[in-house]
Amino acid sequence: MAKEKIAPVDEIKQKFGYIEVDEAMTVTVPRDKLLEFMQALKDEFALDYLTNETAVDYPEENKFQVVYNINSIEKGYSLMVKTDVDRDNPELPSVFPIWGGANWQEREIYDLLGIAFTGHPNLKRILLDDQFEGHPLRKDFQWEGGRE
Amino acid sequence: MLRTQEYFLNFGPQHPSTHGVFQIILTLDGERIVKGEPVCGYLHRGIEKLAEARTYTQVIPYTDRMDYLAAMLQNLGYVQAVEKLMGIEVPERAEYLRVISGELSRIASHLIGIGVNALDIGAFTGFLLCFREREKIMDLLEELTGSRMTLSYARIGGVADDAPEGWLDRLKKLMDEMPGYIEEYQGLITGNEIFQARTKFIGILSPETAINYSLSGPTLRGSGVNYDLRKARPYGVYDRFDFEVPLGENGDCFDRFLCRMLEMEQSVRIIQQAVEQIKEVDGPVIGKVPKVLKPPKGEVYHEIESSKGIIGYYVVSDGSNKPYRVHVRRPSFINLGYLDEMVRGYLLADVVAILSSIDIVLGEVDC
Repeated sequence: MAKEKIAPVDEIKQKFGYIEVDEAMTVTVPRDKLLEFMQALKDEFALDYLTNETAVDYPEENKFQVVYNINSIEKGYSLMVKTDVDRDNPELPSVFPIWGGANWQEREIYDLLGIAFTGHPNLKRILLDDQFEGHPLRKDFQWEGGRE
Repeated sequence: MLRTQEYFLNFGPQHPSTHGVFQIILTLDGERIVKGEPVCGYLHRGIEKLAEARTYTQVIPYTDRMDYLAAMLQNLGYVQAVEKLMGIEVPERAEYLRVISGELSRIASHLIGIGVNALDIGAFTGFLLCFREREKIMDLLEELTGSRMTLSYARIGGVADDAPEGWLDRLKKLMDEMPGYIEEYQGLITGNEIFQARTKFIGILSPETAINYSLSGPTLRGSGVNYDLRKARPYGVYDRFDFEVPLGENGDCFDRFLCRMLEMEQSVRIIQQAVEQIKEVDGPVIGKVPKVLKPPKGEVYHEIESSKGIIGYYVVSDGSNKPYRVHVRRPSFINLGYLDEMVRGYLLADVVAILSSIDIVLGEVDC
């Protein structure tokens, strides 16, 4: 399989000391620096295409992890950025002002995992009914009548 | 100026032009759209949640049920993601069979895309003609996989089975005829004056907006953005084929339609080359894969070019035989996110043209 091009992580790391980089070249950014960092990725590193945004529930560590996959159409490379959200206070600034593509993806995360994105223009349920209780993709979600 | 009262109109959920169960709550001023609020989720089955209770192999049939018009491409994105996670090598012959069945799926999907686009605008003949050739592709896919739509042909490490005796010759024959058929559609639909009047300069999308809103597939390329993952970041054996990426100029409904039409020609080219190259390649169609799949702890994101746009799979493994989390980046879902702004200012009748030019599948939107 062809090798994928990854954004110049070393250069990014030099510029932003507060990020952590793991062996798979995935960047973890603290929650309070998220918007500043993302804006810089778009403006300085040509990462202009937010291809995927999702979240994972890790109840044992009492956190949600929000994952952003960002591509550069011009340069052809990509980058995975992650940020941790406290499970007791699931709130995160929305990246909608930076990439419009976050619009429905953040609504989906809000719907299925219950993370509230502050600054999102229209944060409401998208797939489930408005009256639905709970967030199914959380690991502790129980639904009576389901098979599992 | 004379002021009129605005009013609401429910477009769908039960409406033939919504391509399934999908609703747009339109706010109208006369016949002009002031606002269009898309409402989806009527077909939500919780596939991502279901995947967490299945083994890695058992997830494959669920991916079929998302974009059921191009099932092979949905399979492929998932199995390639798991292969990447586990570091599995795929035999060369399987790679070619994946390309062939994937491109066949793409042609079948685009035939529906353009056929339904014509139908929505009132050209019933165009729809019927596209279905005529789609049926031939369905027959070939049935022979190869045993199923017409929900193929489940890809396996982790390869494909389910080799092509049956004489199948490649029958495929080659159809691919040789295909350019003639495409010419026929071009004459009947593309060249049709009414069709052009209904689609040209309707639903214009600028390249900047298309990129900003993460649109993909013909919806993005119709605006002239050259971004096709088969070219930009070739996966599988796509770097061995010679093909072009058709682009639009104005970013209107007509350009998006034309992109699909021209992409079919390119898919035919890819299949023709693959049929030639596969003759030289012998060997197994599935690699050495353990019976029980337990990927190492970790995560992977892999995306490929589906017929509707970029389909991406984010898979997290906790070391057990079931995925901890599967998320699918569905192109139809994200392409719909900009619908509201796209329909504003146009006429009610244009909503149908714009929606069908995005080419959505509700199974994929709602997941």
